[in-house]
Amino acid sequence: MSDIAIKTGRRSLPGLSPQAFGVAALLAIAFGVVPLVGSEYLFDALLTPFLVLSLAGLGLNLLTGYTGQVSLGSSAFMAVGAYAACNLAFRLPGLPFLVDLVAAGVIAAAVGLVFGLPSLRLRGFYLAVSTLAAQFFVQWVFNKIGWFSNDSASGIVTPPPLSIAGIAVTSPVGRYLFTLSVVVAVTALVWRLVRSPTGSALIAVRDHETAARVIGIPVLRTKLLAFAVSSFVIGIAGVLWAFAYLRNVEPAGFNLDRSFQILFIVIIGGLASLRGAFLGAALIVIFPLGLARLGDALLGGLFDSGVLEMSQRVVLGLLIIVFLIAEPAGLSALVDRMTRRITPWITPWITAGRA
Amino acid sequence: MSATLVVAAVEDRAALAIESLSLSFGGVMALSGIDLTVAPGEIRAVIGPNGAGKSSLINVVSGLYRPDHGRVWLGGRSFAAVPTDRLAALGVARTFQNLALFKGLSVLDNVAVGLNHGFRAGVFAQIAGLPGARRERAAAQERAAAVLDFFHLTDMRDRLVGTLSYGVQKRVELARAVVARPRLLLLDEPMAGMTLTEKRELTGFIRAIRDELQATIVLIEHDIGVVMGLSDRVAVLDYGRLIGDGTPEAIRANQAVIDAYLGVAHDLEAGEGI
Repeated sequence: MSDIAIKTGRRSLPGLSPQAFGVAALLAIAFGVVPLVGSEYLFDALLTPFLVLSLAGLGLNLLTGYTGQVSLGSSAFMAVGAYAACNLAFRLPGLPFLVDLVAAGVIAAAVGLVFGLPSLRLRGFYLAVSTLAAQFFVQWVFNKIGWFSNDSASGIVTPPPLSIAGIAVTSPVGRYLFTLSVVVAVTALVWRLVRSPTGSALIAVRDHETAARVIGIPVLRTKLLAFAVSSFVIGIAGVLWAFAYLRNVEPAGFNLDRSFQILFIVIIGGLASLRGAFLGAALIVIFPLGLARLGDALLGGLFDSGVLEMSQRVVLGLLIIVFLIAEPAGLSALVDRMTRRITPWITPWITAGRA
Repeated sequence: MSATLVVAAVEDRAALAIESLSLSFGGVMALSGIDLTVAPGEIRAVIGPNGAGKSSLINVVSGLYRPDHGRVWLGGRSFAAVPTDRLAALGVARTFQNLALFKGLSVLDNVAVGLNHGFRAGVFAQIAGLPGARRERAAAQERAAAVLDFFHLTDMRDRLVGTLSYGVQKRVELARAVVARPRLLLLDEPMAGMTLTEKRELTGFIRAIRDELQATIVLIEHDIGVVMGLSDRVAVLDYGRLIGDGTPEAIRANQAVIDAYLGVAHDLEAGEGI
């Protein structure tokens, strides 16, 4: 990771830039401090879902933020990843879990590629509607064809317990650390991708398709690549959702609501920003809990679960409208502005620390 | 058969040849029966009143429009419809009348991405940072940086293009077009909206591109002063037809051209001091 951190700052400062320093510090806290001080509730109810949704947001951001292809089918690819990993684990028990994980991602990528084909002809609103087909089709398949869910009557599948290299991962902190490791690794790969020449090609296709074609960027291939890589990342998120977070899988868990949730993460966090996916997911995960606490404190007994759910939707809807109008670049841009204001203050401190 | 061979022999020596080209939009003729040959290393202007078909001509040559009749010869090969995807590989580059930059990329990346089409390394090699991919990328960045230097854009290499002024963005677009060393460069109104100083500077750049890359340049331009000073030959379009083609002096003396176009321009000259 430090390798990545150093490269982030190659232009500003020799050695660690404030930004790279921030990433390194966050990683140190996430890996070194949080596991020691966190509670079971923190791991299972907050951090693990936050990490998984961040990863899903990251995947969608590649497609929507970087390549400009709107998708409303994200949770379908999560479902494909989750069911693929479950079936691989049940049917080929000899395979190590990490192989299942990657294979499930590849299967999700293949499905994403197929549902990305309409993007070669359709744009914007029409493409978004066509990705709904993925959403409904995938959910229908997992409901209808019992083979995928081991013919379980309820359609709910309980994946085998998580086990890495023969070591069972059963504790909340273990699941958190595993999720964190996978999310960090995949994020690092995505970071490499968006900074590569191919990453520039994604943005070129988004910003001006005709100009991209004229300068020799294979537009169709680039779009399909974006669909495949995005679905791979979202598929991995689905595997983590099934194995590390919920520990059961059902088609209804991957419905249109979830797809919208992931889209909101990207919009609120900031399009075409890796950090945005994490900020957006943090808000989406913490926000309902904060609202529940607030409602409880203000209204007491009046604020029951029904009211909570309604107010959640209302406030979230408002929030998205506010972001679209006031800060289309999302939380990421807000943080950017803040850090730019703080950087002159802390840079000498960091430099002094290194000397 | 022999006629085709003769034509082929002629076209071989041309950087661009257009042969009885016609294009219509829903019954309106945008171009009709255009024949045009551009010699290698030539700066050829295409002028004409608004709606004369100048941009249509460039869009046909770059494959964005498919002509109804006729063929386009590029580098000794003839096409009924030019494949836009292969344009860069054919050594053809263009700029657009309205800016067509990638707003989300830095100036350097806008230019460097113009070299992507020659890359051999796949996306996995790039993510993994394999030596081949790194070498290609470093070479592309170096070449892009050199082009930025050429266009006096080095100070802005890390800025997002969306934050730059119009004139500078026009220059970035030109830099992106030449980064892959095209043999044929199509410029659609490169001077539009520029100040006198910027126009003078750009004229210098266009001459320098021709001299350094030995490129052939076809440009659409409204500013007659610029056209006459810069081009080796001038083609005049009016209502989709080629009404004049020759040296600037010959065009100045061509009565049909004066009637259709230059007369108007002289009026403007009096009024606006072009």
